[in-house]
Amino acid sequence: MKKKRLIPIFLLKNGYLVQSRNFLHFENIGDPFISVARFSQWMVDELIYLNINRDDNPKQKNDFFKIIKDLSTKAFMPITVGGKIKNLNDIEKLLSIGADKITINSASFNNRKLIINSAKEFGSQCIVVSIDVKKINKDYFVFINNGKTNTNLKLEEWVKICQSEGAGEILLNSIDRDGSKEGYDFEILNKIKKIINIPLIFCGGAGKWDDFRKCLIKKEVDAAAGANIFHHYDQSDFLAKKYLTQHKIKNIREPQFFNI
Amino acid sequence: MSVKKICILDYGSGNSMSVYNAIKFLKYSVALSNKEKDITKSSHLILPGVGSYKTTMEKIKKRLPLKIIENEVFNKKKPLLGICVGMQVLSDYGYEFEKYSGLGWISGEVRSLKKKPYNVPHVGWNNLIIKKKNNIFKNISDKDNFYFVHSFKFITRNKFHTISQTNYNENFSSIINDKNIYGFQFHPEKSQISGLKLLKNFIEYT
Repeated sequence: MKKKRLIPIFLLKNGYLVQSRNFLHFENIGDPFISVARFSQWMVDELIYLNINRDDNPKQKNDFFKIIKDLSTKAFMPITVGGKIKNLNDIEKLLSIGADKITINSASFNNRKLIINSAKEFGSQCIVVSIDVKKINKDYFVFINNGKTNTNLKLEEWVKICQSEGAGEILLNSIDRDGSKEGYDFEILNKIKKIINIPLIFCGGAGKWDDFRKCLIKKEVDAAAGANIFHHYDQSDFLAKKYLTQHKIKNIREPQFFNI
Repeated sequence: MSVKKICILDYGSGNSMSVYNAIKFLKYSVALSNKEKDITKSSHLILPGVGSYKTTMEKIKKRLPLKIIENEVFNKKKPLLGICVGMQVLSDYGYEFEKYSGLGWISGEVRSLKKKPYNVPHVGWNNLIIKKKNNIFKNISDKDNFYFVHSFKFITRNKFHTISQTNYNENFSSIINDKNIYGFQFHPEKSQISGLKLLKNFIEYT
């Protein structure tokens, strides 16, 4: 039986792990190397690293790549990396230094051939399209550039395009719920549950373990992701899994520690 | 007992470094190389892989000394392990985008996974349904989970070459084996304890 996943997201800014609220406010919460060692010990299902540096220059990019390279030698788990990815060269570089999957966001809008070309070159299975949405009236619109620019495209239209161009997974995040601890916005899922045909990683607002439970029982969700919540408690991932198994979520990997 | 020396065949596959790190963690001597001397001096060969069938085969043909590898595998019976697409290209043909010839080292073909009821690609952790006894399964049970990320499956011509299956929309081959050649559809280098156990079994017991 395939297990659903619980995925901590690491936001990296200038070499530090940070937490975010509504994509606007950031707080430094530590050293990514210490964190990855802990998460590795808790046997997390997968990790997502996002580069959220506001500046975008070659030095920043190289520093970020260097961090990813060093982190990947410390953990034998799947790693997805994204943020500021512009082209096939960036993707190739990240895959060669230990990333298993790549997430692209704004670039897939600015360069409309990027999804299809990267899927052909590296295989759909490693192309995760990250989509940030904001609710306006009753609809959800896709925002790019760290949530600053409204594309005026509705979520459901963009999901269809991503799928037809060969995306392997979708990482869907609610800007409104980001860092709010109010729980996931399940209304978003209603917009896409009839059309989505690739695995969905859902994110935005997880504030307590039960939010993960509510998320993972949704048929259309393949993975529940969160950022801040995983960094607020010691043994977070382990305790979350323990809570889930105690609350009758059977299709996940049981909590265990790395011990060899 | 002979000294274990692992050679990861280097043709520019994306996951080579991860496989290297995992073998190193297990404290074996390991080389990432396409040089004749590293290949002939090794005790075990690993063919890593991510990406599409055709791109992988093109790179393999361009960058690996296949005659030398075939001599090691078929005449000297050196154990070889293909991982993910590195397993898929062991087949005769792949049908990803278009029909393309593989290495033909384990008879079979690679076709798309069934797409219903669950969404494809098959991404995430799943267990093995063991079909045939093999030393590679030492200390492995259905409690062990492995990390899969793929849209295609290996259909073995001889069903006894499928030594474990995994279920996702259907039962597909997750470990294949013919004599000294093995293939894992999942990524042992990304499967934490369970993956390391299996890599160790491959090195110690084959």
